[in-house]
Amino acid sequence: MNIPAFEVHDMTVAYHRRPVLWDIDLAIPAGKLVGIVGPNGAGKTTLIKAALGLVPLASGKVEIHGRSYEEQRHLIGYVPQRESVDWDFPVTVRDVVLMGTYGRLGWFRRPGKVEREIADRCLDQVAMSAYAKRQIRQLSGGQQQRVFLARALAQDAQLYFLDEPFAGVDAATETAIFDLLNTMRSSGKTVLVVHHDLQTVREYFDYVILLNMRLVACGPVETTFTNDNLQKTYGGRLTILDEAAEAIRRNKPLL
Amino acid sequence: MISFSISEKVMLGTALLGGMAGVVGSFAVLRGRALVGDMLAHAALPGVCLAFLLTGNRSLLGLSLGALCSGLLAVGAVTVIVRWTRTKEDAAIGIVLSTFFGLGVVLLSVIQKPSTAGNKAGLNTYLFGEPAAMLTGDVITLAVVAVIVLSLVALCYKELEIVAFDTDFARSQGWPTLWIDLAMMAALAVVTVVGLPIVGVILMAAMLILPAASARCWTQRLPVMLVVSCVLGAIAGALGTRLSRGYPAGAVIVLTAAVLFAVSLLFAPKRGVVARVYAEFQLRRRMADEHLLRTMFELNEPHLPATPPITVQQLKDRRYFRGLDRLLARAREEELIEYSGDSLQLTALGLRRGAQITKAHRLWELYLMQHADIASDHVDRDADDVEHLLPESLVAQLEQELATEGRLPSIAAKVPDSPHDLGGG
Repeated sequence: MNIPAFEVHDMTVAYHRRPVLWDIDLAIPAGKLVGIVGPNGAGKTTLIKAALGLVPLASGKVEIHGRSYEEQRHLIGYVPQRESVDWDFPVTVRDVVLMGTYGRLGWFRRPGKVEREIADRCLDQVAMSAYAKRQIRQLSGGQQQRVFLARALAQDAQLYFLDEPFAGVDAATETAIFDLLNTMRSSGKTVLVVHHDLQTVREYFDYVILLNMRLVACGPVETTFTNDNLQKTYGGRLTILDEAAEAIRRNKPLL
Repeated sequence: MISFSISEKVMLGTALLGGMAGVVGSFAVLRGRALVGDMLAHAALPGVCLAFLLTGNRSLLGLSLGALCSGLLAVGAVTVIVRWTRTKEDAAIGIVLSTFFGLGVVLLSVIQKPSTAGNKAGLNTYLFGEPAAMLTGDVITLAVVAVIVLSLVALCYKELEIVAFDTDFARSQGWPTLWIDLAMMAALAVVTVVGLPIVGVILMAAMLILPAASARCWTQRLPVMLVVSCVLGAIAGALGTRLSRGYPAGAVIVLTAAVLFAVSLLFAPKRGVVARVYAEFQLRRRMADEHLLRTMFELNEPHLPATPPITVQQLKDRRYFRGLDRLLARAREEELIEYSGDSLQLTALGLRRGAQITKAHRLWELYLMQHADIASDHVDRDADDVEHLLPESLVAQLEQELATEGRLPSIAAKVPDSPHDLGGG
């Protein structure tokens, strides 16, 4: 397959007439685990939201497996930031996961036995079966994140966008999520993850998008996640640069 | 055709209104839009007055259309203010609500002037509502609106649920969230408008908010909440009408809804105040019981299997007990301890319970100390049975660890040593 799973052409996104993403051009091959990395306010979440059609594009276009977003919506899975919803909402864990199947169901059709089985299977994959009947408020941060992941799994997509799935989760959940992402990649899915922790980029991802309002670099981690590129991404933010340098040093094989 | 007495007819009408207000109000409350209903209601007044001035009669349809128009105008005004100025939404709602309402009151006084033509009797009911003025035609209108609104909600339940819970996710799946949102708002507006002559512009918001907020206390599931809210709204409407003899009915309906809310707040299981206070009380009591048994067990531990008597002073040296006398009396009643004067002794039952409690406590402590990294997800101090909460293999491993260090006694239900120094003595 030569058609990229996710392709962006000359994309510019503006909020209140001020551009937050300039002229982004990138292509991600299928079957990669991709980290989206950049400082705060670099437009990482905006890139995802633009790709999903949640914010209007000022210019440019997005292609999913070679066709427009509208045509390929069924191929896309989405995990929004955890803070984006009201966790006091009267739904159970299983109700939330069932929502992943709504897109396939279409208008007016209710989720039935098949959908409930899918939801249960996805809950099992994130080791949350025991919590299926709980109200979502009663979960820890890591568990809430896993519920969101299960909902995305229930979408049964080819291309996944995850917005900071590692934010505020405990070490065990981080490992569990990472294992799950690996499994998804092995079954041929493409996964894009907004990620904050530079230390783990090399360990977790095989592709990286470096972003700071414009695209700094996009490519395989080995050749793209370099000191030079990080310098360009983070500019003069010295503390972060030190951290980045440290990360690279630590990940280089010792000869 | 079935014939109703006038009061039955009115009760039916108010129940219908309460029921549908409960359902659409639930979505508004969950979306944090409770005040939008309030604004719609207040902002409807100038529309009602203008419609009367234009048509010169007070047909429900004409006035309702006027109300709907000015209500929607107000929603538009809020949207524009929030979008183009630095005013926050709550402030914008307050501004628009009071401006429209002020305009409505002025228009109402114009209508009241003797020079204004038309049959203006009853227009005042739009302020505070007057269910008794309901005609059979009005009840039929209410019924039709109720059937339409309720079947729309039933039909689009899934869509309304996902948009209310997570709009961005819904949009990523391709749902036209804007239109679904607008439909929800339209339903809210229509219910508000048909409710105006019954409970009045000032109190209508209460009909949208109170049943929904009450229902939220009783359940953790949206479908149940919608049904409960619908039922509570209907009860408030019918019962309020029934109780209103001689008093303004709209106000009594709202007061009835408020009483139902207070009852829900107090007595709902789990989320109710009483249930929470009781649970707290139970927890404290159980912890006191457990502390007593554990302290006594630990004092006896060096002498096991013998359980020599313990003095009250020994207990007090070890730990602070609140209401020790009552605690001891209760323990004796449950045959966990025996005591005479100052000397206490564990019974066989008390020893066994004490051993279990001590074991659970120590396993938890050990677990927290060794597995701090994964603990946060799995710790439930409420649970006595560590074994049921933690994976079996982990418990076995913890026990094994203690055993190899010779700290897992084989008698008295296998109690591990405390991982920290017990202190006192």
